[in-house]
Amino acid sequence: MGRRLRAFLAFAYDFVIGDDWRIAAGVVGGLAVTYAVSRTSVPAWWLLPALLVVLLPVSLWLAIRRR
Amino acid sequence: MGAWGLFIAVFLACAVEAVEATTIVLAAGTARDWRSAMTGMIAALGVLALLVAALGPAISALPLTGLRLVVGALLLIFGLQWLRKAILRASGYKAVHDEDEIYRTQLAAAASVPGRRFGSVPDWYGFTLAFKGVLLEGLEVVFIALTFGSNARDIPLAAVAAGCAVAVVAAAGVAVRAPLSRVPENTLKFVVGIMLTGFGTFWGAEGAGAHWPGSDAALLVLLPGIALFALGLAALMRRGRSGRAAAQGSVAPAPQAGPPAPQAGTPAPQAGPPAPQAG
Repeated sequence: MGRRLRAFLAFAYDFVIGDDWRIAAGVVGGLAVTYAVSRTSVPAWWLLPALLVVLLPVSLWLAIRRR
Repeated sequence: MGAWGLFIAVFLACAVEAVEATTIVLAAGTARDWRSAMTGMIAALGVLALLVAALGPAISALPLTGLRLVVGALLLIFGLQWLRKAILRASGYKAVHDEDEIYRTQLAAAASVPGRRFGSVPDWYGFTLAFKGVLLEGLEVVFIALTFGSNARDIPLAAVAAGCAVAVVAAAGVAVRAPLSRVPENTLKFVVGIMLTGFGTFWGAEGAGAHWPGSDAALLVLLPGIALFALGLAALMRRGRSGRAAAQGSVAPAPQAGPPAPQAGTPAPQAGPPAPQAG
């Protein structure tokens, strides 16, 4: 049973998180900041696109560096 | 998002997954037993249909804001992972998804296992191989169809698009009885990665309380913007890789790749997985 649970958790991790956990962490963090900023009078729509511009190159750079 | 936008996005995303599932079923059928492989595929499709029937109405009943936040986050994570892989492949840093190679590996692995009958299934291994492949790849199809459909408040249209993609790819697979290696999979993944990232960004931000300037029209800027950015990154990385390879004096032929054709570099060896891969 424990082995099956571990296998399921490994599958779920691979399915949702994938190769780079930093992407998932960055998206969750970005959404949290977007939510916080949207509660103020400052526009919050630009935060996620700005996050993409940073997150994707960083993830790619880390992937290349490992090779 | 218009009806055509929803249809195209779901169709393309599901077609990519269907190509991978078809490769596994073909390998199971060719190396083992066609009846067992087909039974496994039909059983997996039945489980997926049950999942859709159960989850579809439940998702439709959720409040739109919360749904957009969760779905946006998941789509954004999926999209960035797809885009990351597609850029690495297009720039030559990662081997291109080779359906022929995967097919050969699956075939060799399947042929080496002794046959065992289970109930009315002549070959249990062929059944489970096809069942697992279709179920795992199909889960992604279901996820994409349900999330896109629920956000656009049109799950039936998303389900039709997913069904069309699976039917077209399955028909092509049955017709040629060979892996669909001519499908430009990396290009498709590049396009789907852009779509998932774009819609994920849009819905995620809306779910978190942000308001896009121009409302839905913001997608018309967001999607091309992400496409240009991703293509730019791929070109930049390709150039960097070519420069480094030239400096080392070991320019090798590049792997065949997706949207921007890579110019140089040696592809990493493809690890053909006996189990289906996500993404």
